[in-house]
Amino acid sequence: MADALLEMRNITKTFPGVLALSNVNLRVEEGEIHAIVGENGAGKSTLMNVLSGVYPYGSYSGDIIYDGQVCQFMNIRDSERLGIVIIHQELALVPYLSIGENMFLGNEQRGPLGINWDQTYQNAQKHMEEVGLYENPRTLIKDIGVGKQQLVEIAKALAKNVRLLILDEPTSSLNDEDSRNLLNLLLKFRKERGITSIMISHKLNEIAYVADKITILRDGATIETLDNRADAVSEPRIIRGMVGREMVDRFPRRVPNIGEKLLEVENWTVYHPLFTERRLVDNVSINVRRGEVVGIAGLIGAGRTELCQSVFGKAYGTKISGTVKKDGQVLEMNSAADAIAHGFAYITEDRKGDGLVLAESIKHNITLSRLSLVSARGVIDKDQEQQAAENYKQQLNIRTPDVEQQVGNLSGGNQQKVLLGKWMFSKPDIMMLDEPTRGIDVGAKYEIYSIINDLVSEGKAVLMISSELPELLGMCDRIYIMVEGRIVGEMPRGEVTQELIMDRIMQASKGAQTA
Amino acid sequence: MSKIKNAFSKNLKQFVMLITLVVIIIFFQVLTRGILLKPMNVFNLINQNAYVVLLAVGMLICILTGGNIDLSVGSVVAFVGACAGTFMITWKWDPYLSVVLCLLIGILIGIWHGFWIAYVRIPSFIVTLSGQLVFRGLTLIVLQGLTIAPFPARFTSLSTGAIGNFLGGLLPGVPLRNITSLIIGLVIAAGVIVLQLKKRADRKRKGYSYDSLAATLTRAAVISAAIIYFFYILANYSGAPVVLITVGIVLIVYSYLTSKTVLGRHVYAVGGNEKAARLSGVKTDKIKFLAYVNMSFLAAVAGLVFAARLNSSSPQAGTGFELDAIGACFIGGASAYGGIGTVGGTLIGALIMGVLNNGMSIMGVSIDVQQVVKGLVLLTAVAFDVISKQKISLGFFSRLFGRFFHRKQAV
Repeated sequence: MADALLEMRNITKTFPGVLALSNVNLRVEEGEIHAIVGENGAGKSTLMNVLSGVYPYGSYSGDIIYDGQVCQFMNIRDSERLGIVIIHQELALVPYLSIGENMFLGNEQRGPLGINWDQTYQNAQKHMEEVGLYENPRTLIKDIGVGKQQLVEIAKALAKNVRLLILDEPTSSLNDEDSRNLLNLLLKFRKERGITSIMISHKLNEIAYVADKITILRDGATIETLDNRADAVSEPRIIRGMVGREMVDRFPRRVPNIGEKLLEVENWTVYHPLFTERRLVDNVSINVRRGEVVGIAGLIGAGRTELCQSVFGKAYGTKISGTVKKDGQVLEMNSAADAIAHGFAYITEDRKGDGLVLAESIKHNITLSRLSLVSARGVIDKDQEQQAAENYKQQLNIRTPDVEQQVGNLSGGNQQKVLLGKWMFSKPDIMMLDEPTRGIDVGAKYEIYSIINDLVSEGKAVLMISSELPELLGMCDRIYIMVEGRIVGEMPRGEVTQELIMDRIMQASKGAQTA
Repeated sequence: MSKIKNAFSKNLKQFVMLITLVVIIIFFQVLTRGILLKPMNVFNLINQNAYVVLLAVGMLICILTGGNIDLSVGSVVAFVGACAGTFMITWKWDPYLSVVLCLLIGILIGIWHGFWIAYVRIPSFIVTLSGQLVFRGLTLIVLQGLTIAPFPARFTSLSTGAIGNFLGGLLPGVPLRNITSLIIGLVIAAGVIVLQLKKRADRKRKGYSYDSLAATLTRAAVISAAIIYFFYILANYSGAPVVLITVGIVLIVYSYLTSKTVLGRHVYAVGGNEKAARLSGVKTDKIKFLAYVNMSFLAAVAGLVFAARLNSSSPQAGTGFELDAIGACFIGGASAYGGIGTVGGTLIGALIMGVLNNGMSIMGVSIDVQQVVKGLVLLTAVAFDVISKQKISLGFFSRLFGRFFHRKQAV
């Protein structure tokens, strides 16, 4: 048995109000390819950030033992010095610098007078050949495709004398051929140079192809480590490990009272606003009835947010085609203002980034999306505004001394309630909730579920995106499954299980053909 | 208790600025041996700084929409002044018609800038830097490099001189040159007291928290006393400057716009979080566009006021005005990132700049040193704001000095 190159022992990491990792153990042996799998939010990326020093020593508890030494990384540089290199899902390359400049960014080949460019490009060429990238190292990053950019990242790791290579979803934006190349490259490095790799992936067929060991994380804890060499691990076996949690009564009851179709989206297609060739939503048709909570399940990047934001007055994307109907009437909506006027609300997943004005008061945030309700001829009636804000503070149980408080000072759960209050204030008929409980504690979650139940009991329609499958199962009357911009399944409450959903997602997102 | 603390911390910034202004006034009053608050000097101070206040209010709106600034205002002031001179002096057009035309020219310039900034999305810095060059050049072309003068009296009387003593002559035994000015002051002071009491009564009736009667009366009394004293000083000279009317109207209108209207709220929202504002149905492009149209409109007003004061159109008019206006906004507590700032604060910022200029000039401090002082005041004001807001001050300084002391101890 080979020696353990890396051992992470009892790693625990908390964010304010959230336990991200709880006593996680990971043992990676020299020269193996170790896959880490788990649902969104299971703690995979957090664990790798702890390992690479993004979260410095002291911000977590537990030990990292690398090559027999206990390590205390304060930043990425510390871990890179020992040959631990992480490649993030979002590539960290500067588009307007050349391949060579990117490869040695922060690790410049110095000569007596500044950077030695000859040596830079010569070394770049050498490492590029090792990863099978035949380009001029002076080519700008923006001029090569995503697959080649991924290779540049790996070449960059080689330039740092990598011993332990960490890849976070390396094939998520690659096509089949590029994915296969990348996986073969990992196998080649293991065989020829003994480079150890840790790979985070959702694509189970790829894992089965390259991984020696598979560690499953769930809810921030290690569930098990499976040996793929001894006996091939089946995909259902992995899925069971990923989702097999106990369902407790975390959701308030609701008596379904489902009416006519309120929202119908037909043949909806959306392209990326900058990379206008990338289709993010592909011919999607969905509907939501009055009094119904409909969920959209899918992995991050499946196009769920893009779907909802584009339906909301084309607030996202270009070359949008398809129709949106409300009560059977086709609507023409070209701005968020149009969508609000037609009774739509979109509650963003990024409450700080594009949901709330953090420097403003609770009061001003709540009324922002429909100031016309508390104003006459463009002049705000401050009394009405105050009353409206107090009303939602009480109804949603926002814990704050008064509605003059700056939203930026509130806890995540209370901010989320302000965001909900803001959109309830706009009196919508159709509410699209994007990750409504992200990053908030269990108690606040329950309250938000109760609010959602109240909304549908008033005959509103709710469309809900969530990456937490139990939440979708607990709250939704019907669930659509979205993969790579397409709807690949629709399941009513009662028939649907987490295993079924994960299985459908995995089937549809079959990565590289590795057979 | 917590409420008091809260209200205090919320108004802390404005309060500190007001205190700063008072301290600076007292400082120069002492150093200039009382010249600063001499009636004639106060009269001049107002006339000298009226244009800064007008420009700063416009600049504030731009800054509120997300830290956008307008570098072209000095050139626009000059260009509008040049147009005014050409219309009235060279072509002998009617002054009132000319004023209207000049304001329209200001709006057109704003539409030009706003179009590129809001709809083509070119950074405001670049568009208005271009405007600075373009309108300075056009000024030189229009004036052919010459200064033209003088303006007809019907034009200059709109914003220069004093409000006449039309309410009658001297009171027996009261040595005031302009009783009307004092009466204006008394009327405004009475208005302030009535408004304060009415506001308190409204809050009480509606069941909101309200101050005690004594606190309300004290506040009203202090404000009224300051106003009456101000107009009393002016009454000792030729009276209240006419330009106060323009400045007063602009201040009242823009205070109202920013604090009480949907449009104003949208301006703050765009600056506070543009994405959130857009997803909340705010037409963010339109708001930015209007901010720049408004800016150039107010620059045109300032250009007319300035031309009337100089009684000439000069090719070099307005050089560096944009920096005074931007400085006034930031000293007055506006955030460089947008979304934070008030008209009241901006007025105080402009006054601080104005008193600094005036006080140092009286003392005979040379222009070069004046610039150094103004530059440092600007930096200090903004640094105070940033440090108090980020709460990193303690951490940052303790790290800085901690390391320093640590080393010392180690040695």
